[in-house]
Amino acid sequence: MTAQPITSPRPAADGAGEALLSVRDLTVTFGRGRKAFRAVDGVDFDVYPGQTVGLVGESGCGKSVTSLAIMGLLPGRGNTVGGRVTFAGEDLLSMPADQLRDRRGRDVAMIFQDPLSSLNPVVPLGVQVAEVIERHKGRNRSDAQQEAAAMLKKVGIPDPDRRLKEYPHQLSGGMRQRALIAMALACEPRLLIADEPTTALDVTIQAQILALLKELVSESGTALIMITHDLGVVAGLCDEVNVLYAGRIVERAQRHDLFATPRHPYTGGLLASIPRLHEERGRRLTPVPGSVSDNIPWEQGCAFAPRCANAVDVCRQQTPTLVPDRDAVGDDRLLRCHNPLTANPVDDTPTVEEDAR
Amino acid sequence: MTDHLPDTGTSPGSTGTGSGTGPAEPRRPGLAGRPGARKKERIDRLAEAGTLSEEEGVSLWQSAWRRLRRDPVFLVGAVIIAAFVVLAVIAPWIAPHDPAARLLIDQRTTSNPIPGPQPGHPLGADDAGRDMLSRLMVGARQTLIVGVLATLGGLTGGLILGTLAGGIGGWMDGVVMRIVDVMLSIPSLLMAFSLAAMFARPSQWTVILAIAIIQIPIFARLLRGSMMAQRHSDHVLAAQALGVRAPAIVFRHMLPNSVGPVIVQGTLVLAVAIIDAAALSFLGLGNPDDTQPEWGQMLGRAQQYFNTHPEVAVYPALCIIVVALGFTLMGESLREALDPKSRR
Amino acid sequence: MLRFIVRRSLQALLALFVLSVLLFAWLRSLPGGVVSALLGERGTPENAAALRSALGLDDPLYVQYWRFLQRALRGDFGVSNGVFRGEPALDVFFQRLPATVELSIFAMILALTLAIPLGYVAARRRGGPLDTGSVVFSLVGVAVPVFFLAYVLKYVFAVQLGWLPPSGRQTVGINATHITNMYVLDGILTREWDAAWDAFKHLLLPALALASIPFAIIFRITRAAVIDVMEEDYVRTARAKGLTPRVIRVRHIMRNALIPVVTVVGLQIGALLAGAVLTEKVFAFQGIGQALAIGFERRDYPVLQVLIMMAALIYILVNLLVDIAYAVIDPRVRTK
Repeated sequence: MTAQPITSPRPAADGAGEALLSVRDLTVTFGRGRKAFRAVDGVDFDVYPGQTVGLVGESGCGKSVTSLAIMGLLPGRGNTVGGRVTFAGEDLLSMPADQLRDRRGRDVAMIFQDPLSSLNPVVPLGVQVAEVIERHKGRNRSDAQQEAAAMLKKVGIPDPDRRLKEYPHQLSGGMRQRALIAMALACEPRLLIADEPTTALDVTIQAQILALLKELVSESGTALIMITHDLGVVAGLCDEVNVLYAGRIVERAQRHDLFATPRHPYTGGLLASIPRLHEERGRRLTPVPGSVSDNIPWEQGCAFAPRCANAVDVCRQQTPTLVPDRDAVGDDRLLRCHNPLTANPVDDTPTVEEDAR
Repeated sequence: MTDHLPDTGTSPGSTGTGSGTGPAEPRRPGLAGRPGARKKERIDRLAEAGTLSEEEGVSLWQSAWRRLRRDPVFLVGAVIIAAFVVLAVIAPWIAPHDPAARLLIDQRTTSNPIPGPQPGHPLGADDAGRDMLSRLMVGARQTLIVGVLATLGGLTGGLILGTLAGGIGGWMDGVVMRIVDVMLSIPSLLMAFSLAAMFARPSQWTVILAIAIIQIPIFARLLRGSMMAQRHSDHVLAAQALGVRAPAIVFRHMLPNSVGPVIVQGTLVLAVAIIDAAALSFLGLGNPDDTQPEWGQMLGRAQQYFNTHPEVAVYPALCIIVVALGFTLMGESLREALDPKSRR
Repeated sequence: MLRFIVRRSLQALLALFVLSVLLFAWLRSLPGGVVSALLGERGTPENAAALRSALGLDDPLYVQYWRFLQRALRGDFGVSNGVFRGEPALDVFFQRLPATVELSIFAMILALTLAIPLGYVAARRRGGPLDTGSVVFSLVGVAVPVFFLAYVLKYVFAVQLGWLPPSGRQTVGINATHITNMYVLDGILTREWDAAWDAFKHLLLPALALASIPFAIIFRITRAAVIDVMEEDYVRTARAKGLTPRVIRVRHIMRNALIPVVTVVGLQIGALLAGAVLTEKVFAFQGIGQALAIGFERRDYPVLQVLIMMAALIYILVNLLVDIAYAVIDPRVRTK
């Protein structure tokens, strides 16, 4: 029922060593009994120091739940979390609440999708940035305010001293997201989880925020988990990409390998739905047909089968497992598919960096 | 939570006073809103809640009913109210004695003004020697009449103002809503006292009138808000496009869709009306004629015996509390069932 | 912010104007009109006719209204014809105002200190026994007529147990100096601790009864607001920052949840004024409420006129202040 844990240690893109974060057989179930719903179903992945890992999939695939489970931020009741989440050698899931609080914001930080609703509307920005510094660095209020101002400056907010006294509704969307990034990075965390950080923003602002994230992360050596439904975001940022579908990882590959030869039909579908700038005209954007509501349970075969153009009979009879995939470009690829793609549905290989949107 | 999860904890059937914690759809803030909003905002929110287009309306009622059927809060309230209404209807026939007959007047002495319980009179009598049990039973009828008529009166007034404001709109809306806001800015029970004091000879009707008037602004605001919400809905636009005349649109298309919020508010007002009627009687502003008993009146007039014979006040008070609680429980669970947003 | 205050003050002025018109209409529609209201028992036909022309009741309505307004602004509301016989009606109000202010403030403090923490805890343990219990308790609280609750409290704690005095504001004959006429405050100011304690004991039962009105509503609003706020993204952000539970509770949950509570507190002042009429009557607590109760009973219109007018005035002003306070605590309003 659950996927076999992949235990073979894999070297990170930019250097070997111990994994910073190691997620094993993570399972999150909402509700119980017959109405129980498994939002995350045996997910395994590692994040090495300084590495950027993408979790990609559409709404409902379990990517956000995965990140909240790692942070211990799922709503207290109505869910069960199983598996192991090891951060720097310690199991976050079994850690007492107060110790976990000490890690959150200091070692592991998170930024969220909607910057307006993620900021407290009635507390000045300065307090919201400074409180995390006060909490984890033990600074007094005025020192923390100064550090907060420096942090706002670092994330590109002009006139930070004035902004400290302002409230979230007085800032633009891009500024708010910058402020959230400032809060998350204020204590120089070793791991940053970004949950759809650009989805609520204008296209032009999206690119700025992604560039900022990329710059800050590489500068400080912070590892990053980038959660998105947009492979375009992944293209500009991630070292390794995990594609999630219906709570399970269906494909994992290094970014260049994935874009060169997507193997899972779902990955192919996501890739084909990215608009490109220099593109022969007339190519239709092909979204993945159907929606997650068409899924069949993993127990009865491949959950994606009803939406899959490549589906064959076996897809509806036998549950595919996540196995090493050696038939495509790149090392250490994993794939969960009975009938993978053999050709890239998007004929040209995207020139990755410029395409990031 | 950005991912949409299937409705797990909030599914119908698991409703209680406070269940449904499962991760549901993302909710956007919009708390509080502007200042000066206060009570008005609560009313407006209720107004929006029940207004849906026609086909949605049907499923809204269906799903509300599905939830209510299993909601213990609603069931308790409904049982209380059903018993109350049945009692109000049949009381004159099943009451053991005539509520106006001074059967035990002989037992009344200066040292003991309240004849106690005895065979044939399980709850004793009041200070005029009339059988307490019979008075309580028959009192249900007058209490129901006062509550219902006061609520209907407030509803009618609110309907007129709300329809003028919401149906016609424009300057009429501005004028009516200013009046309504001023009425809301006067403490309502104090207004009821003042209105009742206007009448030289108080009666059951002056009580009903005073309570009805203070409910008008609430109903007016509710109906207006609900109609405003529908002005631009598809079925109203369609009716306009078909050349249906404005009054017909208002009465046939807009008002029927305001029924939900009105029922909720009406149920809650019924409870308030019964309690307020007791307060008026307590201040000597109630109906002086007590041959037809009413609980509020019985309670209001029992004050002089409270320290020596508290039971004279406790019996009608318990009746009022139970019935008011019944209406409140029904109203609150209806509100919850009709308003998918309020999961409280 | 300034524009908001000005606009809100103009609204309050408008409400006052409409209120004065209503009051005027109310007086005109009294049984027998102003004449018999003012004359009381002295109302012979000759007196009435003389008074009619003296009062100018034959003038057009707007002239009469203007005169009414002038007299009202001068504070000339006539002389009590009821129990407060001979006293200028306005004096009755000012003599009794401190008692009701003291009672209402104490009742409101009681309600707030009980309802807000309980509302918070109930919301955090939503669906649990404490939550269910307190929700049921608050629903029952709404259903109990406040004067009945007052009688029950009086019966149990004063008549039966004898712990607290059954009526009045202060034990007769106690040695007490009065400065503000808020007796507890006076006792504290003059360091007459016995007098303060005595006044406090007299205050406790009426305040408890009166507090039941705002308690139920503040509890429910707090609970609902905390439930709403806890689902907000910014609370999740605060938790993701690893903040201590205390900071999350105070700065991120309560600061937002209290915004709707503040507006409700303003509204509840009105309910307190009406509730004071009932409670003060039960406890013979000599405040505005009791004077109103007596006025209603005896149809003492000059007294009623001034008391109702002043009560509404207080209510409108308090709500003006509350709205301004609201703007101060909610930056979304303040900085617009």
